[in-house]
Amino acid sequence: MAMATVLERLGFAVDFPGAQTCCGQPAFNSGYLDEARAVAGHTLKTLADCEYVVVPSGSCSAMMSHHYEELFEAGSPENALAASLSPRIYEFSRFVTEVAGVEDVGARFDGIATYHDSCHALRELKIKDGPRRLLGNVRGLELREMDTCEECCGFGGTFSVKFAGVSGGMARSKIESILRTGASTVVSIDSSCLMQLQGAISRAGLPIRTMHLAEVLASR
Amino acid sequence: MPETFDQKIATTLADSRLQTAIYTATNRLISHRKAVVSADALPDYQELRTQANAVKAHTIENLDWYLEEFERNVLDHGGHVHCCRSAADVADVVLEIAKRRGARMIVKSKSMTTEEVDLNERLEHHGLQSVESDFGEYIIQLMHTRPYHIVAPALHLTRYDVADLFERALGVPNDPVIENQCRTARGVLREKFLEADIGISGANFLIADSGAVTIVENEGNARLSTSAPKVHIAVAGIEKLIPRAQDLGTFLKLLGRSATGQPLTVYTSFLAGPKRSGEVDGPEEFHVVLLDGGRTKLLADPEKRESLYCIRCGACLNHCPVYRKIGGHSFPWVYSGPIGAILTPQFVGVENAPQLPFASSLCGACAEVCPVKIDIPKILLELRAEVKTAEKQNGENQLERAAFSAFAYMAVRPKLWARALGFGRKLPIPPVGPVAAWLSEREMPKLPAKSFRELWKQRKSA
Repeated sequence: MAMATVLERLGFAVDFPGAQTCCGQPAFNSGYLDEARAVAGHTLKTLADCEYVVVPSGSCSAMMSHHYEELFEAGSPENALAASLSPRIYEFSRFVTEVAGVEDVGARFDGIATYHDSCHALRELKIKDGPRRLLGNVRGLELREMDTCEECCGFGGTFSVKFAGVSGGMARSKIESILRTGASTVVSIDSSCLMQLQGAISRAGLPIRTMHLAEVLASR
Repeated sequence: MPETFDQKIATTLADSRLQTAIYTATNRLISHRKAVVSADALPDYQELRTQANAVKAHTIENLDWYLEEFERNVLDHGGHVHCCRSAADVADVVLEIAKRRGARMIVKSKSMTTEEVDLNERLEHHGLQSVESDFGEYIIQLMHTRPYHIVAPALHLTRYDVADLFERALGVPNDPVIENQCRTARGVLREKFLEADIGISGANFLIADSGAVTIVENEGNARLSTSAPKVHIAVAGIEKLIPRAQDLGTFLKLLGRSATGQPLTVYTSFLAGPKRSGEVDGPEEFHVVLLDGGRTKLLADPEKRESLYCIRCGACLNHCPVYRKIGGHSFPWVYSGPIGAILTPQFVGVENAPQLPFASSLCGACAEVCPVKIDIPKILLELRAEVKTAEKQNGENQLERAAFSAFAYMAVRPKLWARALGFGRKLPIPPVGPVAAWLSEREMPKLPAKSFRELWKQRKSA
């Protein structure tokens, strides 16, 4: 909802096609390619007519823009659809900085925050500076870098339950890094990282909150 | 009964001393590498990676050609080439040479390929003594265990561990000073170098146009192993080939930097054949043992054959948040970390290591630092799909498959999907299966009072 608020403030008309479900990444990353293909086919049809698809998640964006094509045989209609949709898919921060061309959305948020690079946004979509520039322009917000800002939070989809101990250990290492910054808020552009980190932060009883970048940018 | 993968992981996670040792060592390797591949230190780093990838791709695609060229050139220099299909074949070649020479004592320099074929154990089984001369490998051999890391075999040990080991195994006073420990090992190993009948090494590169073996190292032990004894045997996987001596520059710039953060290792040896007439140094016999060991099987797979580009720098291990938690000995085979997670299932069969491709958060740190640009996450995904195909054929893991079928069934039926989500919000979630696994480490996310779909409907009607 915060993302829609920010986009509308920037003058864009936002639609939420009700038929959308999931991008299919859970099945794709777990080795269930037939299931992933079925879900991807549905998502492609649902979003086919959109001018831009703005996604509040780095990993879902990467799934749709980078992996949909390879799921379908070259020459198939779905493959062609995936190829035509791919350049219209934007992760939220990239849409704001590159399509809207805005780096200051006029937000206000009082506090010290640190930014967690979600792996797929960073390494598949090469998003690194955009979210930082957007946060840097939020009034009242002090951005402090973690020493391990690029290290994985440990979520990894089914990895988080198949190897729960390892995943939890990775989250704790990340949280130690967050604590070293003195930040009270950790910001990311991937809901799954935020779920993982918030779950581990709550378990540890720490006074840190997790926020999606859109929630910070929607704050006034 | 040997520990399972899960048990080994749990043991490693619970050992705080071990966790500290792994983090300290990998942190050091990470920061050293970072300093020497930065844009200031090495402006053409990315171009070098691209070039190294291209050279490896070309070599692997034309491996038959380069193998023949390499063999011709080694023979021209008076050396011998032995082609081995399996681990046992490698041991047989060495045993045959040892028998002919009446050899008893072998010194070895560091080689993952010889670890792969359990060479020491096989030789000792036939009454030969085989002594590791790399300091880390020497420690590992005294402990009767296998390397914890491709480049740093004793990465998991502290100097106090080594002090205890040396006291126990060598009968020397307990001394935690690293310099003194090196001196102790050197004292023992000097005698072995002088006594040895055969020296066995690995190879970092096999150069086709020169018939030469290239070895990089820091301790000088590989130089001694390959020159002091009368016979030198280099054991290498066939994927170690590169076409030309002039390609070496690209790889040497990348290997030391990626492995230990060194622009070049202390020693780089080029070995091409035995001692020639009139030369003072060098072995009388020079053998190269080329191991297939399953590599041609990978060669046949166009999607995953890039696994063979690996130059064994270990950077993917150091940067892998999973390796840094679970360590090297949790992995079922000699190769650990991300590269082990893709090599092991391909060498031993996915059915024998079905958990391994899933022991990754797919964060991609490995591919980012790989000097030859192996797309490890992509290969992990392909192996995951292979595991699921095999499970389906064997009727295994039916509950998980049913769950993903149900997920896909609902995800293509938007009304059902929306209803299921709405329903799910109101139901208490039973803490079993994956939910229990999640709760073992984390709290469940707190859901807002109204769902996004409800809020969106309100917003649009307002």
